Amino acid sequence: MTSPARFRLRGGASLWLGAALVAALIAAAAVSLVWTPYPPTAIDIPHKLAPPSAAHWFGTDNLGRDVASQILAGSRISILVGVIAVGIGLAFGIVLGLVAAFSKGLIEDGIMKLSDFVFAFPALLLAIMLTSTFGPGVVNAIVAIGVYNVPIIAKLTRATANGVLSREYALAARAAGRGPIAIAVDHVLPNIAPALIVQATIQFAIAILAEAALSYLGLGAQPPETSWGKMLADAQNVLYNAPRLALYPGVAIALSVLGLNLLGDGLRDALDPKLKARS
Amino acid sequence: MLLEVADLAVDLVTPDGWQRVVDRTSFSLAEGESLGVVGESGSGKTMTALALMALTPEGARVSGSIRFEGRELVGLEEEEMRQLRGDRIAMIFQEPMTALNPLHSVGAQVAEPLMLHRGLGKRDARERAVQLLERVRLAEPERAARSHPFALSGGERQRAMIAMAIGCSPRLIIADEPTTALDVTVQARILALIDGLRSESKMAVLLVSHDLAVIAGHCERLIVMYAGVIMESGPVETVLREPRNPYTLALLEARPRPGAPRDERLKTIPGAPPAQHEHRTGCPFAGRCALTVPICRTTPPPETQFGASHMSRCHRAAEVGFTR
Amino acid sequence: MSEAPLLEVSSLVKTYRLSGVGPFARRNVRPALAGVSFSIEHGRSFGVVGESGSGKSTLARIALALDRPDAGVVRLDGRSLFDLPARELRAMRVQMQMIFQDPYGSLDPRQRVERIVAEPLAALGRTTGAERRARVAASLEAVGLKASDALKHPHEFSGGQRQRIAIARALITRPRLVIADEPVSALDVSVQAQTLNLMSDLERDAGVTFLLISHDLAVVAHICRTTAVMYRGRIVEIGPTQALFSSPRHPYTLELVDATPRLDRPARVEPPPALPDAPADGCAYAPRCPYASAPCLDRVPTLAPAGEGGRRAACFFPLA
Repeated sequence: MTSPARFRLRGGASLWLGAALVAALIAAAAVSLVWTPYPPTAIDIPHKLAPPSAAHWFGTDNLGRDVASQILAGSRISILVGVIAVGIGLAFGIVLGLVAAFSKGLIEDGIMKLSDFVFAFPALLLAIMLTSTFGPGVVNAIVAIGVYNVPIIAKLTRATANGVLSREYALAARAAGRGPIAIAVDHVLPNIAPALIVQATIQFAIAILAEAALSYLGLGAQPPETSWGKMLADAQNVLYNAPRLALYPGVAIALSVLGLNLLGDGLRDALDPKLKARS
Repeated sequence: MLLEVADLAVDLVTPDGWQRVVDRTSFSLAEGESLGVVGESGSGKTMTALALMALTPEGARVSGSIRFEGRELVGLEEEEMRQLRGDRIAMIFQEPMTALNPLHSVGAQVAEPLMLHRGLGKRDARERAVQLLERVRLAEPERAARSHPFALSGGERQRAMIAMAIGCSPRLIIADEPTTALDVTVQARILALIDGLRSESKMAVLLVSHDLAVIAGHCERLIVMYAGVIMESGPVETVLREPRNPYTLALLEARPRPGAPRDERLKTIPGAPPAQHEHRTGCPFAGRCALTVPICRTTPPPETQFGASHMSRCHRAAEVGFTR
Repeated sequence: MSEAPLLEVSSLVKTYRLSGVGPFARRNVRPALAGVSFSIEHGRSFGVVGESGSGKSTLARIALALDRPDAGVVRLDGRSLFDLPARELRAMRVQMQMIFQDPYGSLDPRQRVERIVAEPLAALGRTTGAERRARVAASLEAVGLKASDALKHPHEFSGGQRQRIAIARALITRPRLVIADEPVSALDVSVQAQTLNLMSDLERDAGVTFLLISHDLAVVAHICRTTAVMYRGRIVEIGPTQALFSSPRHPYTLELVDATPRLDRPARVEPPPALPDAPADGCAYAPRCPYASAPCLDRVPTLAPAGEGGRRAACFFPLA
């Protein structure tokens, strides 16, 4: 029997799986604050490039540092990057997008052109510009990625807000005497939230990948700090000897990105009152 | 008989299981005849039209028999069905704006069936397209052919869609609410156009509408559908003058009559149409019907004949009065 | 009966500038209203009939002060709406509410019915939660729904029920004027009937006067004592509804009446027009009019008396 429902994960599977992966990510970060199997920065040259064993669950890298500890510690950076970068994007992007949608006219055009301008720079180029001006390091990398998120969120907010404002219930709210702020809070934000949530989880995932790229270029985490991106960069040097060193951070990044995307899909469905009624 | 439909049923898959939206309907259409299908939302009228073209959505199951020009369509391979569509059977939809591709010119779209089914080259097809646009009485057909859909008005787009439909001289045109989205004066002209084309080329027309008056003005016979079931069928004049089914009567009486006293309350049908997933036995209209008796809820009503071709599905068909 | 009409609209003009082109493209303007005037008395519901391009929806929005006209005055109970400061205008909104055409789009899908129906109360100032709930319940019951429906979401209701929710929302501030823009077009015939009956009852019991805008003559005829017919931004005929439709004076009204499908006779149709573009001067309907002659192309006709009961038609050669 053909069922159109076959291609969607049944029930809230997206939500649970995504939440589980993201919870694992957060747990790794939380745990790493108080304990890691070894200090992630402890160098132990005699035991470099050791394969996985009881002593070192994932083995050691080319400087003898415990890979498992680095993965745990690196998760902190990933979360930090994601939260702050997306936070910056949402905070400024939503405000700009709403101002554009409500103001119309020149202001709307101006904001959108400005967004296009920032958008036109390849993300990485922007990040490189900012970090080379203000110095490398995780924080600056985060800000750079955050800045890049703003026009994306602003454009999405403006487009979806315009969609809501063109619906008759927004007109009905105006007819009832409500002002623009009340309409924005009561009608626009709740209705654009699903799209924003999904976009935010995508941007979160992109932020993690972007940080990895920046660290790869040496512009992100600086030694002795470690991040998954930096681990990938370092692994490149010993790729022939120990390809597994690229695998661990790679899989960690992939699982985090997957978890975030699933969580985004699941949240969007969970918040839809039409779908809620079915359960 | 150009089209013979027997026991046509369409089931849709829903999270609550299979839902029957067209319940074993049977009707026929002769060459050049016009048949109206009247019903409200949820009556199954659109799904019937789609089933004839095998255009039902994913997750729909069609059973029964549809014989067109003697050929069985149910179960036909998609490849063969595609050859029929646009060529022998054509369809006109409700929303010309969404039924026409906004990115292609009108002329290109009208020419498409000609290239596909008649093998015409691009230039010949475009020329023929302009002729067709003229036949549907579009002012400035060459300009219209070069334009994109958004440059035309609603009525003009609908005419273009009709031109696209008649290009290959189909034997049957299915019109699904072709004028519902149009202004009333435009509607009148489009319906007159369809009538004119029908008599010129002896095409049969299946007109689906929720508006009884539209059907009355442009069809020879009609069927009235409710919850997937044909409640009454017959010649338009007979059915409207002497309806033999309480639902038909209720539809007639619910219309505000121009000229009636202003304070006259409209007779309404209490309750609401059966919800999607309710299983039912007996007559779907039972309970809402003023003539309901216990048997209506337990036994599906039989087909009762009145005269040669007038049929009503009702246990109490003979008692349906007409108080107009 | 008060002296001032409930709603008085004078010489409304509104032109839309089609955006995008530079300051030199003067031709990109669309006149939506080209001088519309009428007044509505308390207790006498008023109908406006027109097709697309007639300006009827623009009229509805301006009458409700959701849009400013380029010229003209709108007076509610004698007070000119566009001259009021914002706070007083908000207070006036208690007296006028609107029902929209689309029962699926006019209710916020994310809100519960209670919040939706209570929204206009915000203009009344602070109300307590209990007061709000009580008024919502009363409003829902007045339209034939249950008080418990307040907790549901719009998608749990059918089209007809949603329209009732919209009506409940419009009534909650006990307005004197309700503007209904195609309130039943999207509904099935049987549900239309229920909704129209409801509106009649409300007119009688709740002291509401309707400004009913529709393309459907029969709908308007059912509720409205007086009707205005609009064509391309102007009123072309106005008068008592029954007389208007049984013996039209303006050719466009006649065309509408003839084109409306009826059960007793087929629609009568004129041959299609040559080019229905509005001329620069002269009557906008002239290109389509079977009775047009030279004077029709020179000057725009204005509304002039054309029969009893306050009947007026904007035509140089009104039909007998």
